[in-house]
Amino acid sequence: MSAPAPEVALPAVAARTRAQRASGPGERVIELGLAACSAVSIVVTVGIVLVLVFEAAEFFRAVPLTKFFGDTEWTPLFKDNQHFGIWPLVMGTLVTSAIAMAVALPFGLLAAIYLSEYAAPRTRRMLKPALELLAGVPTIVYGYFALTVLTPFLQQFIPGLAGGNMLSPGIVMGILIIPMVSSLAEDAIYAVPDSLREGALGLGAGKLPTILRVVVPSAWSGIAAAMTLAVSRAIGETMIVAIAAGNQAKFTTDPREPAETMTAYIVNISKGDIPNGTLEYRTIFAVGLVLFAMTLTMNLITYRLSRRLRAQSRA
Amino acid sequence: MTLPSPPPTTEPAMKIRVSGLKAWFGTHEVLKGIDLPIPAREVTAIIGPSGCGKSTFIRCLNRMHELVTGARSEGQVLLDDTDVYAPEVDPVLLRRRVGMVFQKPNPFPSMSIRENVLAGLRLTKRMGGRKPAEVCEKALRQAALWDEVKDKLDKPGTSLSGGQQQRLCIARTLAVDPEVVLMDEPCSALDPIATARIEDLLHDLRRDYTIIIVTHNLQQATRVSNRTGFFLQGELVEFDLTDKIFTSPQDRRTEDYITGKFG
Repeated sequence: MSAPAPEVALPAVAARTRAQRASGPGERVIELGLAACSAVSIVVTVGIVLVLVFEAAEFFRAVPLTKFFGDTEWTPLFKDNQHFGIWPLVMGTLVTSAIAMAVALPFGLLAAIYLSEYAAPRTRRMLKPALELLAGVPTIVYGYFALTVLTPFLQQFIPGLAGGNMLSPGIVMGILIIPMVSSLAEDAIYAVPDSLREGALGLGAGKLPTILRVVVPSAWSGIAAAMTLAVSRAIGETMIVAIAAGNQAKFTTDPREPAETMTAYIVNISKGDIPNGTLEYRTIFAVGLVLFAMTLTMNLITYRLSRRLRAQSRA
Repeated sequence: MTLPSPPPTTEPAMKIRVSGLKAWFGTHEVLKGIDLPIPAREVTAIIGPSGCGKSTFIRCLNRMHELVTGARSEGQVLLDDTDVYAPEVDPVLLRRRVGMVFQKPNPFPSMSIRENVLAGLRLTKRMGGRKPAEVCEKALRQAALWDEVKDKLDKPGTSLSGGQQQRLCIARTLAVDPEVVLMDEPCSALDPIATARIEDLLHDLRRDYTIIIVTHNLQQATRVSNRTGFFLQGELVEFDLTDKIFTSPQDRRTEDYITGKFG
């Protein structure tokens, strides 16, 4: 993908704004104020990462990385049988996220295709905000819905489904991120130039083959960006899994079993009575750092993909 | 009076007969009743200033016009002897007989050169027993692109130059074996060399296909077409042998346009 370089014009623009901006002391104050506002978020982010890294470093002084990544048991609170293997928490996170994606991807993508290719403009104007409303429901409500409605309902059909399990919070989490997937994917599909649709229709292709084999593949990088962002949201989601997943750190891939995700573990420790500064307390920073690394990776992939998308739609 | 090259048969068979064709975008009437017979296996050029309805006209011939929201049309378009607007005609099937090449080259970005050529047959599930390699080579040869791309058929279609992309789009259109090829200013985004290649190509293609080309470029119309229709503000002002239109137009407005008094 060779993107054109419109940046060539930018230095001239920058020079002009530099020349114009020193037009009075008032302007200068406003400019500094605005700069300070944008600096706040950067400073806070850097601060959080530093705290995370320092506390995690303390933790890894006591627990070597080989134990952290080489053990499949996570029992930091057991006095006489302490294990610090991160894998049960990672597995809990991955299984619930995978279930969530299995729900959100097909529904989100199909909703996006419907909205951008089939819905009349009026329907689209009404449906899109309605779908986005789903994302506005507080996650604690979703959590209780999973625990008190969905789990008992599913227990009627699925033998061996524990009261706290990975399946039902996974599904509910999927519903939570449908709007995110559909909204971003719809933007990507909508941005596919009409000339490609016309090209396919002009060859005598029907509407559905045109959408599935020409339009959607052309929007692939935007759809992939929507997917990675959704994965990162699922990995970071806390309340739903803390309430409905059972909070037992088990190393299992069976969605009927209870589990504990990284986020749920952090909630449980930080709201409990573990004293500050102990090894047990520091586990949450180590777990937090792993979590941060995972979501950061996903967000970087998203960033890459959406940049590629922009380069494409400019061409 | 000079004869156009090649000399047309005395009374050529008509491939398309348009009568009383009107078209609208919303309430704006773009075509105001067009009557035009289009001979088989010739190149018919449509000329006229911007906004005169020439693109809309050819888009009515394969029912692409109606895809635009708020667009509609009325009147009769006979392809051979079928009315393409008859209720039992499926526009999707019609477009397999009447192919189209667009103003801007639009190869499918997610497909390789080979896949682009085969896209039409695959999208319409008509590969049947055909051998992909043969279909691909034949269409690319017809579009005079084979020698340039035969070693990189798996590269993306969008990796080619603009002129090559347009010939790829022509190959893609020919691969579905249409009877009529509509071309909507196919060279307007191309440089003169790429344009010349496509014009050469048209000379070869008219042996097998009925071609209708919309063009802004009057020289191009004289170089490639047997007959020319001049459109102005939604009306067909004059339609005749190309040589006649450009040497002794009957209508004052045609003369003014081809001599550059407006446009």
